[in-house]
Amino acid sequence: MTDETLHRTPLYDLHVELGAKMVPFAGYAMPVQYEGIMAEHNHTREAAGLFDVSHMGQARVTGDAGALEALITADLSQIGPGDQKYTLLLNDEGGIMDDLMVSRPDDHGFFVVVNAATKGADFAHMRDRFGRQAELIELNDRALLALQGPQAGAVMKDICPQAAKLVFMQAGRFEIDGAEVFVSRSGYTGEDGFEISINDNLAADFARRLLKDERVKPIGLGARDSLRLEAGLCLYGHDMDETTTPVEAALTWAIARTRREKGDFPGARKVLKQIEEGAAKKRVGFRLLDKAPAREGAEIAHGGEVVGVVTSGGFAPTVGAPIGMGYVPAELAKAGTGIELLVRGKARPAEIVKTPFVEQRYYRG
Amino acid sequence: MSQTRYTKDHEWIRVEGQDGTVGITPYAADQLGDVVFVELPEVGKSFKQGDEIAVVESVKAASEIYAPVSGEVVAVNEALEDEPAKVNESPEGEGWFFKIRIKDSSEIEGLMDADAYQNHIE
Repeated sequence: MTDETLHRTPLYDLHVELGAKMVPFAGYAMPVQYEGIMAEHNHTREAAGLFDVSHMGQARVTGDAGALEALITADLSQIGPGDQKYTLLLNDEGGIMDDLMVSRPDDHGFFVVVNAATKGADFAHMRDRFGRQAELIELNDRALLALQGPQAGAVMKDICPQAAKLVFMQAGRFEIDGAEVFVSRSGYTGEDGFEISINDNLAADFARRLLKDERVKPIGLGARDSLRLEAGLCLYGHDMDETTTPVEAALTWAIARTRREKGDFPGARKVLKQIEEGAAKKRVGFRLLDKAPAREGAEIAHGGEVVGVVTSGGFAPTVGAPIGMGYVPAELAKAGTGIELLVRGKARPAEIVKTPFVEQRYYRG
Repeated sequence: MSQTRYTKDHEWIRVEGQDGTVGITPYAADQLGDVVFVELPEVGKSFKQGDEIAVVESVKAASEIYAPVSGEVVAVNEALEDEPAKVNESPEGEGWFFKIRIKDSSEIEGLMDADAYQNHIE
């Protein structure tokens, strides 16, 4: 895909002005880094990072809530106005089509945020299954910014004290400088922070205003990836896809208890059986014992035999070591199990460890 | 008397007599970003010009380093094991990768000089 055919987010010109290195990502020209991945990663862990996540899909779903609920693993009756939940869109075999955030900014339907690479397929699937029961309206005129880090709350307090009162997984509608924004206290770095949905024509000015605050720096996709990996969070299309179930992906917690009891989510028969009996393979985190990073696609071995594959891997700046995630047979999934990672044909010793690799610091009030 | 030559893949080689010291250029180090690991060749191993001889890993990705000339590895920079960031800090100094005993000095002539390399990256 050439640069001309790539989509641009409303912040494209700002990224270029800030000296970002732009790369193609999910059909968009996106900033991979500004001053450097390590510096940006550390700044987010120590102060506040501003991420452009406008490439992700935003939509409003109105009508019968049951039509949406039938496709995902959340209990929508538990999502009152002001609440947000992480949930999974499953195919009929219980395979993960996407992971998404569902919230309810007000009484009029649900607000969903889905991954950039899957948004077309997700929205088509939803519309197809909704029929006339519910309606999906894509919010293509909205940008999405994430402000993440231990100073994010203080920064938000200065520009929108009401939004700063939210706690983790709460959401609401607010006004910032006369602009109507939709803010949730969430994000994908393991840090406290916010995701802010704003009209595309106001997004660049809003981002500039945030960047004037010396606590805030722009952060690219490179650090976004190392931050989310350290937080032990799955990346769609890598750590999970349509061939993996929530149980295999260690995301059983994302299936609401009430939905398990009713057994009414897609692929429930297979997934409930796995919950009861255990799945054959499981997603785990690992830490290399020497310094060579094992990247996605590297084989995982145990006792000289290949038993799995790395789905995300790299150097973790906060941990100070190479880490990663991948799938292994369930009997090897216990923390402390020694494994080897085949990096360019050489077996590198590693150990299965608990995730997150870096303690999550969500603000729970 | 030493001379430094460059490859189109952004390695440099500083030739002193029979041996050449090899590293990556400041341009390459900048493009890679923060280097976190360098997989160095084994001393005593022989390589042909253009062979993959080392790997440099940044936070984001792994990149291959190719032998700028044919020869035998006579030393590696073990300091990079503990301080891979030297590649970013001093790519043409303390961030060198390995020394190679040059088999065929005519291969050196085929590499770029500083001016030609400058043109290559511009």
